[in-house]
Amino acid sequence: MTLIPFPNKKLTKKIIKLDINENIYELAINPNDLLLDVIRYKLNLTGTKRGCDMGTCGCCTVLLDGEPVLSCLTLAIQAIGKKIKTIESLQENENMHPIQECFHTEGGSQCGFCTPGFIMTSFALLKKNKNPTDEEIKQEISGNMCRCTGYIKIIKSIKKAAKKMRNSD
Amino acid sequence: MPGQLVGKILRSPFAHAKIKKINYSKAKALKGVFAVATSKDSKERFGVLPITKDETAFAIEKVTFIGDQVAAVAAIDEETAIRALDLIDVEYEELPAILKPEKSLEPISNIDQKIQPWSKYEGNIFKTVNQNFGNVEKAVKESPIVKKGKFSFNGVTHAFTEPMGVIASYGSDKRLTVWSATQVPHYLHRSLSEVMKMPMHKIKVIRPYVGGGFGGKSDPFPHEMAAAILSKKTGKPVKILFDRDEVFISNHGRHPTKTEMQISANKDGEFTSLEIDALIDGGAWGSFGVITTYYNGVLSLGPYKIKNFDYSGKRVYTNKPASGAMRGHGAVNSRFAIETLIDEVAEEAKIDPCEIRLKNAYEANSITANGFRITSCGIKECIEKVKNASGWDKKFKKMPYGKGIGIGCGFYISGSALPINWERMPQSTVHVKIDFDGGITVHSLAAEIGQGSDTMLAQCVGEVLKCDMSRIRIYSRNTDTAPIDLGSYSSRVTFMAGLAAKRAAQDLKNQILAAASRIMGIKETSLIMENDKIFDFKNNNSISIIEAIREALHDSGALHGKGHYQAPNLNPDLPRVNELRGKESEKGMPMGGSHKGAAAGLSPSYSMNAYVCELEVDPETGLVKVEKVWAAHDCGKALNPLSVEGQIEGCIHMGLGQALMESFDYNRGTGRIENSNLLDYRCIPPTMMPDVDVFIVESEDPEGPFGAKEAGEGPILPILPAVANAIYDAVGVRLRNLPMTPEKIISALGKKK
Repeated sequence: MTLIPFPNKKLTKKIIKLDINENIYELAINPNDLLLDVIRYKLNLTGTKRGCDMGTCGCCTVLLDGEPVLSCLTLAIQAIGKKIKTIESLQENENMHPIQECFHTEGGSQCGFCTPGFIMTSFALLKKNKNPTDEEIKQEISGNMCRCTGYIKIIKSIKKAAKKMRNSD
Repeated sequence: MPGQLVGKILRSPFAHAKIKKINYSKAKALKGVFAVATSKDSKERFGVLPITKDETAFAIEKVTFIGDQVAAVAAIDEETAIRALDLIDVEYEELPAILKPEKSLEPISNIDQKIQPWSKYEGNIFKTVNQNFGNVEKAVKESPIVKKGKFSFNGVTHAFTEPMGVIASYGSDKRLTVWSATQVPHYLHRSLSEVMKMPMHKIKVIRPYVGGGFGGKSDPFPHEMAAAILSKKTGKPVKILFDRDEVFISNHGRHPTKTEMQISANKDGEFTSLEIDALIDGGAWGSFGVITTYYNGVLSLGPYKIKNFDYSGKRVYTNKPASGAMRGHGAVNSRFAIETLIDEVAEEAKIDPCEIRLKNAYEANSITANGFRITSCGIKECIEKVKNASGWDKKFKKMPYGKGIGIGCGFYISGSALPINWERMPQSTVHVKIDFDGGITVHSLAAEIGQGSDTMLAQCVGEVLKCDMSRIRIYSRNTDTAPIDLGSYSSRVTFMAGLAAKRAAQDLKNQILAAASRIMGIKETSLIMENDKIFDFKNNNSISIIEAIREALHDSGALHGKGHYQAPNLNPDLPRVNELRGKESEKGMPMGGSHKGAAAGLSPSYSMNAYVCELEVDPETGLVKVEKVWAAHDCGKALNPLSVEGQIEGCIHMGLGQALMESFDYNRGTGRIENSNLLDYRCIPPTMMPDVDVFIVESEDPEGPFGAKEAGEGPILPILPAVANAIYDAVGVRLRNLPMTPEKIISALGKKK
């Protein structure tokens, strides 16, 4: 049933450099390797989740030069020369990032599988828009799927985080 | 893991076909392929219910749905594994596929038409249930109001975000370790033992954090068996990860069902009888199907008083992926039908829909027609809460055309009183340990799948020991260290594992207080544990909990508490069950009737709820916009209110999906699921979620831990009929087929004109 198309011949690996979370990784990859697979399986940064392989669930969301992208639809070679940011880089000191903290305290996370994707999407949103309305949040997170929360507490978490971040600016 | 191989599964392209030949020599010869497994490697049948084991790791002689596992390979990497699958030659002889459940009711003329030819059932009928209480015929004759309808429900699925995944590792110590995304490690443990023919103590099941389940990860699965078989064949760890298509193909979601229902009432709107006839499409396997067949009937017997009841349910095999347990298991579809018919009765009796529900609702400490024991009962409070909060009286029948308001109620079990495996073991056991560091370790096999069961265990222990929660650490993932627990399904965890945890903590507390009593020279009964300290208020004296623990260790070397839960005794006239259960059960009034199937749906406690939904229907496009939901749920006592709210809101999301959009679309010719991805299988997006006001009703269950009962499944029930009833209020059409898509609404409006 898997429909991943493989070329007839094995491809030659290439050495590339990727800037992930402000670290430079030198990696031998196939030209058809997905950014998601490189992040998860080569670098063991398993916070980025694989939910659907076709860009429908948003669990694999990472930031590329600050913009949220679906790493399951992005080739690793497309990320060369760009700054890749994953969920693992959000916490900068002993405390969680305010978005992480608010997802925790407001019940924005139940099983947690979609949470990294939502947090990365919110991180990008709150950089652009420090005080988003419910409607703006709903539009922005429409590319992320959650099956546990019904989104209500996710939206609350993002609003609370926005407030917290505004207050600490 | 070091040396880990990738496993991939070859699946059937036909819904029904004989396997004539499998030749995998070319696949085996491919460099990087370590093993190929087929039904030659395992013919053992397994299944979640011990009475209907009909699944195998690999299809034997024939395939019964598109996606049935035919073979599996273990290879050095994913690419090699996929290439190897292409090299396996399978010769099929296609058989006519039976896709319509009505077709499965027909007698068969040859064995090829029988989907599970080895099964003891005649033809393709998997389970028939007939239950009658009172005298429906007489009641209907005497009742001035009779309402009936034919309903149909498409299949829906859990659509959890994390695809299934498993790693099996058969080591040189001849032990098998299996990591799997499962809701019930215990059932997987049992099935692995049967399929692998290994004693349970040689198998270790580890449940990592699970990315959602909703019932979809509660069966033991063939891919888990395949990984174990491949690992044993290769001596290496084997990982199988599903892609999204495989998740849909594995299904085990809500059964497509056709339900005919009739309800009668007297002129005052008191219900006099209920008659249900359900045809349930089970797909190719049994799964939880026997229970589903009962639940479609018996869970309709609350929260309203109904004395006369006839139920006839049939679950049939078809050549589709199996249906199974999904949030609100067995109750959702029938509940939709009842609650919409109740509104029709109310209309004819000229009684307000909220009033008619209040009038018929049970009070605490009642017995239903089939013998369910309703203890705590907050249904009336739920109805009143949402009626008042929504401004019902000002809105119902009073809003402009296109706007509507509707109510629905629900009734659900808090765990099953009779476990699936009839035996003397408790349904839940919890061990609590304290050692010199003052940390409290809780061992349980209740599965955290995102619903917060680990937190609940910590709360139950912490509440008894009155200690800082940071002392408590939950170990609930490993069958080597965990005592028995039947896992996270059937809305049983808080009630059963919670009680076991509370009792284990109490056992431990007694030991600590005994030690404190020795130090402080005062009777245990005069001591109070609070804030990590033990107080003797009489003499204004206190010691730290650590001091008492160390004294207790001095005496025994180890400090363990244990607690368990086993549901109260069933009806003494129910043979076999009580013999097995014996005196370990809870004390208290025996529960249930003694008729066949009396234990199905029997629960130590029932949750209740009522929702009001306000919406707008665009009569031009048929589009429904749900604007607001007022949701009241009686969970006994909210141990974790944030979690309870989260469950209710999540239930509304999932229920709105089934009501308005979600549906498995099968190709009518081939039986292939046409929308096996998250784009075409449409869940409610954030932009369509209504505002929700949650009201937690606390009826203080007399038996639940600190008064708690379930909150994970029941809250899905009321939303579907509340939407349908609101659509009727808005535009005057009754929809009886789910999902209620814009096309169906437009077509119903057309017919009305």
